[in-house]
Amino acid sequence: MRPFSYVRAEDAITASQSIGAGSAFLAGGTTLLDLMKLDVMRPETLVDINSLRGSAPAVALTQGGLRLSAFASMAETAADPNIEHDYPIIAQSLALAASPQLRNMATLGGNVLQRTRCNYFRNPSWRACNKREPGSGCAALDGVNRKHAVLGVSPHCIASYAGDFAQALIALDAAVETIGPAGPRVIKFEALHRTPGDTPQTETNLGQGELITAFIVPRAPWTRRSLYLKIRDRESYEFALASAAVALDIEGDAVKQARIALGGIATRPWRAHAAEQALAGKPLNEDIANHASQLALAHASARQGNAFKVELARRTLRRALLQAASMKV
Amino acid sequence: MTDTAEANVRLGDPLNRIDAQAKVTGAARYGSDPDIARPVFAFLAVSSIARGHITRIDDRQARAVSGVLDILTHENMAAAIRPVKFISEGGYMGSSIMPLSSPRVFHAGQIVAVVLADSFEAAREGAHRLAISYADETPSAGFDSEGVEVVPGADASKEHQDPKIGDAEAAFAAAPVKVDAQYSTPTQHHNPLELFTTTCAWEADKLTLWESSQNVHAFKNGLAQQLGINPENVRVISPYIGGAFGSRGSLTQRTALIAVAAKRLGRPVKLVASRDQGFTIASYRAETRHHIRLGADKDGKLQSLTHEAFEVTSRPDPYMVSGTDASTRLYACPNVSSKVSIVHADRSTPGFMRAPPEVPYLFPLESAMDELAAALQMDPVELRRVNDTKTEPIKGLPYTSRSLMQCFDKGTKAFDWQRRDPRPGSMRDGDWLVGLGCASTMYPTQMGAATARVSLTLSGTAKVQTAAHDIGTGAYTVIAMTAAERLGLPIQKVTVELGDTELPPAPGAGGSNTTASVCNVVAKACEEIRAKVANAASSAEDSKLKGQDQKALRFSAGRLVGPDGAGEELETAMRRVTNGAIEIYAENTPHGVKPDAIEKLYQGAQTLAGGAKLQDRIQFAFGAEFVELRVHRITREIRCPRVLGVFAAGRIMNMKTATSQLMGGLIWGVSSALHEGTEMDRRYGRFYNTDLAEYLIPVNADIPAAEVILLPEEDHEINELGIKGIGELGNVGTNAAVANAVFHATGVRIRNLPIRLEQLLGTASI
Ligand SMILES: Cc1cc2nc3c(=O)[nH]c(=O)nc-3n(C[C@H](O)[C@H](O)[C@H](O)COP(=O)(O)OP(=O)(O)OC[C@H]3O[C@@H](n4cnc5c(N)ncnc54)[C@H](O)[C@@H]3O)c2cc1C
Ligand code: SF4
Repeated sequence: MRPFSYVRAEDAITASQSIGAGSAFLAGGTTLLDLMKLDVMRPETLVDINSLRGSAPAVALTQGGLRLSAFASMAETAADPNIEHDYPIIAQSLALAASPQLRNMATLGGNVLQRTRCNYFRNPSWRACNKREPGSGCAALDGVNRKHAVLGVSPHCIASYAGDFAQALIALDAAVETIGPAGPRVIKFEALHRTPGDTPQTETNLGQGELITAFIVPRAPWTRRSLYLKIRDRESYEFALASAAVALDIEGDAVKQARIALGGIATRPWRAHAAEQALAGKPLNEDIANHASQLALAHASARQGNAFKVELARRTLRRALLQAASMKV
Repeated sequence: MTDTAEANVRLGDPLNRIDAQAKVTGAARYGSDPDIARPVFAFLAVSSIARGHITRIDDRQARAVSGVLDILTHENMAAAIRPVKFISEGGYMGSSIMPLSSPRVFHAGQIVAVVLADSFEAAREGAHRLAISYADETPSAGFDSEGVEVVPGADASKEHQDPKIGDAEAAFAAAPVKVDAQYSTPTQHHNPLELFTTTCAWEADKLTLWESSQNVHAFKNGLAQQLGINPENVRVISPYIGGAFGSRGSLTQRTALIAVAAKRLGRPVKLVASRDQGFTIASYRAETRHHIRLGADKDGKLQSLTHEAFEVTSRPDPYMVSGTDASTRLYACPNVSSKVSIVHADRSTPGFMRAPPEVPYLFPLESAMDELAAALQMDPVELRRVNDTKTEPIKGLPYTSRSLMQCFDKGTKAFDWQRRDPRPGSMRDGDWLVGLGCASTMYPTQMGAATARVSLTLSGTAKVQTAAHDIGTGAYTVIAMTAAERLGLPIQKVTVELGDTELPPAPGAGGSNTTASVCNVVAKACEEIRAKVANAASSAEDSKLKGQDQKALRFSAGRLVGPDGAGEELETAMRRVTNGAIEIYAENTPHGVKPDAIEKLYQGAQTLAGGAKLQDRIQFAFGAEFVELRVHRITREIRCPRVLGVFAAGRIMNMKTATSQLMGGLIWGVSSALHEGTEMDRRYGRFYNTDLAEYLIPVNADIPAAEVILLPEEDHEINELGIKGIGELGNVGTNAAVANAVFHATGVRIRNLPIRLEQLLGTASI
């Protein structure tokens, strides 16, 4: 860890204005401080935004749906009774992440911006990592890549986006409220993250000094029949090998509309539009679930260590769809 | 069980740990905890290449960090430390690779510099700012790499033997039922919760080392040799140990570096290595490969067993675990052949890890036995019964005791083994495929020479002093219980001091020997105290015990009593001998241990004997392990809702601590089978998942039920108290029990650990 200066933000506007090049917002610090100690992130100034935690309720019910404060902890948001009941996909994506200690510290804003767990990235003594050191190559391509991505990959980076909550947000057509030096704006959650392309070091479309203040989740007929299925080697406290965020609007026997996102297998939060369309108007059975999952992974591109993830992701989605269809709502 | 002050302690009582309160309140001081004024902090820089040499170290930026005091590299340290031999070659070192002695790099993660600063943060920043250039060569990462050197075990070590009897080849060819399969086990790291730390302080020419150690007298002597000083000038303090599992069993090279740093700076120096560095500056369980061939007759009786194995080690050190000592002796078999070879690669030197030989060698054997049972369409428990034996097959030596089948019989009932439909893939619970598997477990009963001092005061308090080690197992408690029982005192009246080279030496905590070695010598010291007091009483005019046979007198509930329970107060009896305290120093040289063992012990050398290494008998503890396993029909993740171990291991000194120890073993066994594996980027010979987020161990949710049943077993041949070791018995059979349960659940035989869901994805769902 290198020396840095520290500023405590009083409010969102000054926070976004007090941040210059080489500085970073400090929320729960569970990503940022780790990476600073590992000498991967080297901000010169930290702007502490924890004072904003009380500036808005964690969960506000609005006419259109939900407004989730970006400064709230994962734990308090997950435990909100409205979320648990009406948006189980959100509650589960938060509650199945990390550990209780981390969920108490970590914020929603920090969560969606967490960095990849690729260990070549997290340990600077590995020479090749385009994300950490643009132009240095990608050690993971032919290295240890069991947990790396199979969707949205490029020859420059195959790091998977590790977060869970973002899959719920992207599936539910959420939007992001931000405030930056140029003022506030709202963008689609789907437009927040980028695939690596040839600039894996740039992970989002946020501008310099742009602070996330909230996530807007529209109310929709599919939010109740929704779930987050996370597959991993151990039962808890591990990132997803593959996950599926699924929300279904079912009328009679047939799916009216479906919302699907896939986690653990893509370089960014991943919406599976083709799979959604394949389900529309169809009764949900094992065959159609299978067909949708084939479509969701149609463009997968795997390396040696993660080849199994293509099949695992298909099966994860298949299981999530069948499980969601059988939910009592 | 409440520890009432009046109660007589009986060996076996499920007493709470006497050090529990100190541990949970933070009063217990671990390796990096000593209060030391103004320490210098050390941070290591480690090599990013696995083979080659350092061409340049640019430390200008690092030295410019405020607070950095000194940086040790090969340029200023080359001759500071003397070479000391590797453990299996008669020395003390866990690795003979000497960092900072030359620019040469033998393995990735080798220490290449030590940054010393006024704060931990400055030292770490300094280390990050070191620019080290290397000339790197392509490393030979492990098995199958070009440039590795394969050496047969017999050439690697004089002591190595490849157990063999009869004609295994011919018997295999003739056998009507056969199994012929290859298995592998992965690299694993101990990852004790307490990191690898070292604190050194000099006072004139006397050095004190605070470092969690499983062998303080060995550390003292080894470190003195490295520094070229008199061992009497080195004190090693290690009263509490935050997990060890073998990783603190031998002296690592970091310790002398810190001692030299403290000398150079004239201040105490404290090192807390990072988790990541712990993967390469200490030891690990290296990967192994096995080829097993079993031939049996139609009733399942083994006719032929061949076990050929390969183990990875470093370039210079012939580390070898040779588990065929155990795997060739578990079952009756007239024709046995075995061979172990080591493979030298560009790696750090592996070392002891809980049941070093038995874990990797029983996994293939006990998996193959399950495969044989399947081939015979025989219940796996019955197959073990058919091949049970009271003599080991190689030399025909008798087992001192062996309760393997009693453990299986108890286990099949407790686990409701009857419900097991033998057809693989036949048991379901909703979307989950259910499998039940079992395996035998065994561990050698070993003891070493040991010494202890026991004192008993007039007021009825006792103190036991011995440089043994409590690595979290409950050694403090069972040692206190031994003295309390023999001296007739409540447990609260006994204090125990361990883990300090100022105390009389005891063996290193390895090979599950501590309870047997130490409790027997403590009992011996107590017996001498008893004899003194009883002698005086039986011949004293004023004693009610006058005229009684002194041998029949014993201490009980604060009194000296005869067989009828009548007697006198402890104080009265003691005053005939002393007006203060009786203090006895005792030595014990167990059966099979060489006559010069006590002298060796004082030099910190290993003196263990037992297991399959005795001339006249063979001594092991046994158990049966059962696993219930679930695999999801669609996504194939593997969960282990229940594991049961039934063990018989001689006298159990404390039912509670023994149960915990064995339960921990079972949990570690599940972890080994399903979770733990250090991955390597073979292009660079570097470990990849060097943190606890990616090196998986189970969390609570992974272990819903781990149960232990202890069967009574009496064996007074092994030692006076009848104690077998239990520290490592618990996790020996679990790998195979899990793999066998996976097969039963899915019909897929997994022969390479750890078992991961991808190994089950390719197969059609059953
Ligand atoms: C061992 C471990 C296991 C984990 N397991 C999981 C898991 O299973 N699933 C999962 O989803 N996550 C997991 N995580 C990740 C964890 O959820 C994230 O670290 C956490 O959510 C980040 O939130 P934070 O508030 O601590 O962010 P910080 O570390 O404070 O910030 C992260 C980044 O976001 C920026 N930032 C923070 N807030 C804002 C804002 N409002 N606007 C703009 N920029 C902002 C920071 O500058 C920084 O770059 C795990 C983490 C660890 C350490
Ligand atoms: S996958 Fe991405 S983050 Fe990982 S090494 Fe390659 S470039 Fe770096």
